[in-house]
Formats: sequence, structure tokens, C-alpha cells
Amino acid sequence: MLRFITTRLVAMVLTLWAVSFVAFAIIQLPPGDYLTTYMATLASNGDRVDPAQIDALRRQYGFGEPYIVQYWKWITGILTRGDFGQSFEWKAPVTTLIWGRLGNSILVEGLAVIVMWTIALPIGIYVAVKKYSLGDYLATIGGFIGLAIPNFLLALLLMYLSFVWFGTTIGGLFSPAYENAHWSIPRLMDFLSRAWAPVLVLATAGTAELIRILRANLLDELKKPYVTTARAKGLPEWKVILKYPVRVALNPLVSTIGWLLPALVSSSVIVSVVLNLPTAGPLLLRSLTSQDMYLAGAIIMLLGVLTVIGTLISDLLLAWIDPRIRYGSK
Amino acid sequence: MAVETMPPLAETAPPRARRESQLALMWRRFRQHQLAVVSLWIVVAFYLVAALAEFLAPVDPAFYSARYTYAPPQGINFIVNDENGWRFQPHVNGYKSEIDPAAMRRTFVIDPEEIIPVRFFAPTEPYRLAGFIPMSVKLMGVENPRDPFYVLGADRLGRDLLSRLIHGTRISLSIGLAGVTLSLFFGIIIGGFAGYYGGLFDSAVMRVIEFIRSMPTIPLWLGLAAALPKDWSALQTYFAITIILSLIGWTELARVVRGRFLSLRTEDFVTAAQLDGASDWRIITRHMVPSFTSHIIAAATLAIPGMILAETALSFLGLGLQPPIVSWGTLLQEAQNIRTLATAPWLLTPGICVVVVILALNFFGDGLRDAADPHGR
Repeated sequence: MLRFITTRLVAMVLTLWAVSFVAFAIIQLPPGDYLTTYMATLASNGDRVDPAQIDALRRQYGFGEPYIVQYWKWITGILTRGDFGQSFEWKAPVTTLIWGRLGNSILVEGLAVIVMWTIALPIGIYVAVKKYSLGDYLATIGGFIGLAIPNFLLALLLMYLSFVWFGTTIGGLFSPAYENAHWSIPRLMDFLSRAWAPVLVLATAGTAELIRILRANLLDELKKPYVTTARAKGLPEWKVILKYPVRVALNPLVSTIGWLLPALVSSSVIVSVVLNLPTAGPLLLRSLTSQDMYLAGAIIMLLGVLTVIGTLISDLLLAWIDPRIRYGSK
Repeated sequence: MAVETMPPLAETAPPRARRESQLALMWRRFRQHQLAVVSLWIVVAFYLVAALAEFLAPVDPAFYSARYTYAPPQGINFIVNDENGWRFQPHVNGYKSEIDPAAMRRTFVIDPEEIIPVRFFAPTEPYRLAGFIPMSVKLMGVENPRDPFYVLGADRLGRDLLSRLIHGTRISLSIGLAGVTLSLFFGIIIGGFAGYYGGLFDSAVMRVIEFIRSMPTIPLWLGLAAALPKDWSALQTYFAITIILSLIGWTELARVVRGRFLSLRTEDFVTAAQLDGASDWRIITRHMVPSFTSHIIAAATLAIPGMILAETALSFLGLGLQPPIVSWGTLLQEAQNIRTLATAPWLLTPGICVVVVILALNFFGDGLRDAADPHGR
């Protein structure tokens, strides 16, 4: 197990390095650099450009030097000082802007994962056991629709329906009163009364996919002789199902987190924009449209890092429940 | 030597009772999947709409009329019932406009009294279908061009949603095809090399693919799309977005191609061709590729929905195609605001098209995938 963990960790470090490289490439993509944009904004505001300050910034970020030097300064700043650079639009260090929003992202996405599993598990088991029943067909149809409706459309639809039926707009994660408050019971209730919509929207596609996979896995397992044996021994039916085939069928399901998570992070960006959530998504969109590249790069990088770490956790979880995985992959 | 011991072919060949070509077998297999057949027709219908956009759209997608801001859908009625009794007359109803004193806003109500006859194959100003076929009729039109004709409603500038939807279909569906074609090109070259030669290149390619697939795609796409210069023309943006989509889209197809190459590499007929002294190029193009073309086509079909969704999402967020271009994404962008949506819920119609096309392409692709291997199962 230890060896498995070390190899996975090494692979993760390499992946993280690649993530940082991609994020830096995106920072460098737009024509011009941060300084020219910065000076242009200062000039357009009629402010005087202080040459000494510009020079200091130029040295700090290594502008005008080869990309590799700039990358080195950028990445060492992040690793040693936790400094992701400056956001020129907000005139503040990137770090002060992103952590709160990233926390909200993790919260919403984490809740979505939990909801996904709690809905998908019982339904998946039910439709596999009651194959070709009415419930099975309903779940299949629902699953296809869940997969085909893009998340942001679902969010729009939900927003529209709640406006027409209940006269309220859904959106945001906190009411203004609790916006900046510390966590407390009333704040939690307030959060839950608003967060159900985005969480539900985010969970649909994943739930549909999980049910489909669980159904297929479980159907394969239910045919195996050990199930018949368990039944022949006189075990109650619920025990036959839950104790053996479900446990085996769950293993491949855990590994789906590897692609479920990128999709989830991806769609949360766009759903957050539609539902106006204070997560990293809208901030990313805004920073990209205003070409605030250090902020955008930091968000892209951190979203990538989150995904990689989440995938690693799921891999380790899988290796822990299913020892065959450890021996299978060196 | 082996040739001499082989009996003449005619003696061992089985009696030719019923032999069907591979294609016929596939078609037979495909037809068993009823949902796929229905989906095939839906997909064909959508692509026909895309091809005939200028003919089908009642007006130019950019034609606007400030008098009919957010006019609701009129629908088309076919029967007129007046003092002369029932008769067949396709028509739309006019609008009565009312000023809502509370909101200080003009709202439109369908006026069942006013009947505006609709003509099929109505003559219009000459235009070129698909850019080169000169035409001067449209499928539908009203007699007097000043009469309102908004079958699916109007948007904030009083533009006809139906016409915009039809033209958007062309852009959205073609970007799906173009993106997949480009992805296929990269996928076949990269996946083919990796699968055929294996070794270091193969493992490097696989690591890159794994890496790209482990990343959340929308932030990456957004980052790339945001770097496009704002002053690019519509055509340049269109191609740039296609390239950006296929930068990530090639991975899935490359994986399929590589897998096929890997499994075929050790087949007897490939070894035979190698022993015959055929060049790698000839083996790949003449022996290997034809044997898995159907699989590739199926995989490519299944990749189109992802492309369409990605374009829609990007344009919806305002970083994909830009407004003078009409696509489902840019149309949905108009519906982003809850106030707009409450006034004009019909702006969500492009969403219905997205869902229908995505579902149809998925079922069609599933059917193709099953049919690609007609001897299996």
C-alpha cells in the first residue's frame, strides 16, 4: 500500500507541474503583458505612472525576460510565498480574492458529490434488482434526459420555473444578512435554503451516469453463482443483495470519480455564472473578459489542482477498498 | 511450397446461399435499434434545416423591428372560421399592444380578430441558397412585409426567433462537424502512430491524454477562447473556436484509434502483409484502417454532441462565438437574465433544439457503434 501511495504521489506532483505549466501558458496567451495593461489603465484613468513602481514590478515578475524565467519567478512565488501575483482589475493580490470563493466552490461541489451518491445508490440498486420494471424504465428515461440537458439550461429552467410558480428568484448562496457572517446555525439554514438549487443542478448528470454504471455492474454481479449460493443458504434477500454483489459492484463506481470530478468542476463554473453563486466560476469569467490574467491563471490552476487532488483521494479510496487495484497497477 | 498443397479454392468454398456485403449486414443490425433509426431521421432533418437555412427562415436573422420588441410567438393556424364558414387558410394572428401602466412597458397580446395570411413558397428578394444557388422564394412568408410574422416570438430587438434559430442551427451543427473532423484528423495521426509503433511515443501520448482528460474542460476552453483577439472577423473566430474545441476533443478519438491499432497489430493478416514486404504506410492505409473505419465513424458521431455542447456553453458565457454570428449558444445568451426570461420565456427554445439534437446524436451513435461490428454478440 505504501508503495502504491508513493507512486501515486509522484504521479500527482508531475501532474500538478503540468497543470501549473498550462495555467502559465494561458496567462501568457493574450497579447501584451500585465504591465502594459496596467500602465494603459493607469493612463486612461489619468493617473501618473510612477516609473520606480513599474521598474519594481518589472523586476519582480521578470517581464521582458524569456518565458521560462517568468515561469520560474511565478511558480517560486506561489510555492515559497503563496503569492499568485496581482489582480490589476481589483488592485489587490490574487490570494485575497480567491480563497473565499474557492471555499464556496469546494463546498458546493462536495455537496453535489454527496447528493449524487445518496440518490444514485438506492436507485441504482433498485433498478438492477427490478430489471425491466416500470421504475427501471422511468430511471432509464430520466437518466437519458439528465445526461442530455446541459447543466446551465437546467439552471435557467429551474430559475424560470421558480420565478413563475413561487415568484422568487433562486440564485446566490447567502442572503445579504449572512453574506459576511461567521458560520452559525441560522447561517447554515440560510445557506441550505439557497444551495439546494445549484447542488441539485450539478448533481443531475452525474447521478444519471452513476445509476447507469451501477445498474450495469450490479446486473453482471447478480448473475454470478455466489449470489445463488447466498440465496440457497437461506439469507434474507436484502442481505443477499447488499452484503455481496453491491459491495463488488461499488468498486468500479469509485473509480468513476476520476472523470466525474473534472466534469463537475467544469459544469460548476457555468452553473455558478447562471445562478450567480459566489464561487470561483464567475470570478474566472470576469477576469478572463477583462484579461486580468494572473487572477484567471490562478483560478484555472487551483481548479486543476483541486481536481487532481480529488482524483488522488478517490484512487487511494479505491485501493483501500479493493486490494486488487494495488497489485494491478504498479 | 504451401501453395502446392492447397486444394483448389472451388472445392472448399461453401455454397453461396446468401452472402451479404458488410454494409448490408451493418444496415440490418442498425435497423434493429429502433431508437437509433428514429434518431437518424431526426439528425438528418436537423442537418437539412442547416443546409437550407436561407430557404426555410422567413426573414433575415439580422432583420429587426423596434415595434415588436419581445412579441410573443404567434404560431401558425390553418383554419379560418368567419362569416363565410370554415375554410383552409394558413395564417397568423396580429398583435394588440397594451401599455402596462405599472411596469411602463408595452406588452403584446395575440389579436384573434386580425388575420394575416401566410403564403407558402412566397416570393422574396433574390438571395443565394448556401451561398451559390440563386433563389427568389422562401418556404413561408406574409404578403405584406410590414406585417408581423413571429412564429416563435421575437427577441429584444424585435428579430424573428424562428429565423435566428434556423440560421443558428447551421452554425451550431457545422461547428460540431468541423470540430470532430479536426479532432479526428489529430486523433488518427497521433493515436495511429502511438498504437502502431508503441514504445516511448505511445506512453508519452497516453500520459498527455490522461492529463488532458483529468482537467476540467470549461475553464481551459474559456482561458484559450479569452485570448482570441476581439477584432477578428466572424469567420476567423469560428475557425479559432473550432481549433480550441478540438485541442481537447482529439484525446477521446486518439484513444479509440490507438486501441484499435493495438488490437489489430498482432492480427494474422497484418503479419502476413508485413512478411509480404508491404510498407508501413500501405499496411496502415490498405489493411488496418478499412477494418475499423466503422468503429471510427461511430466514435466520431458520439463525439459530435460534446462539441455542440461545448460551443453552446462557450458562446453562452460570451467567450465563444460573438453576437453577429447566430448560434444556439449566442441565442441562449439572450436568455441569461431572469427578467428577460420572465418576459420572454420563448427565448429558451434554442435549448430544446440542443437537447433534442444531443439525444438524437447519442442514440444514433450508439446504434452505429452496435452496428459497426455486425458479427458480434
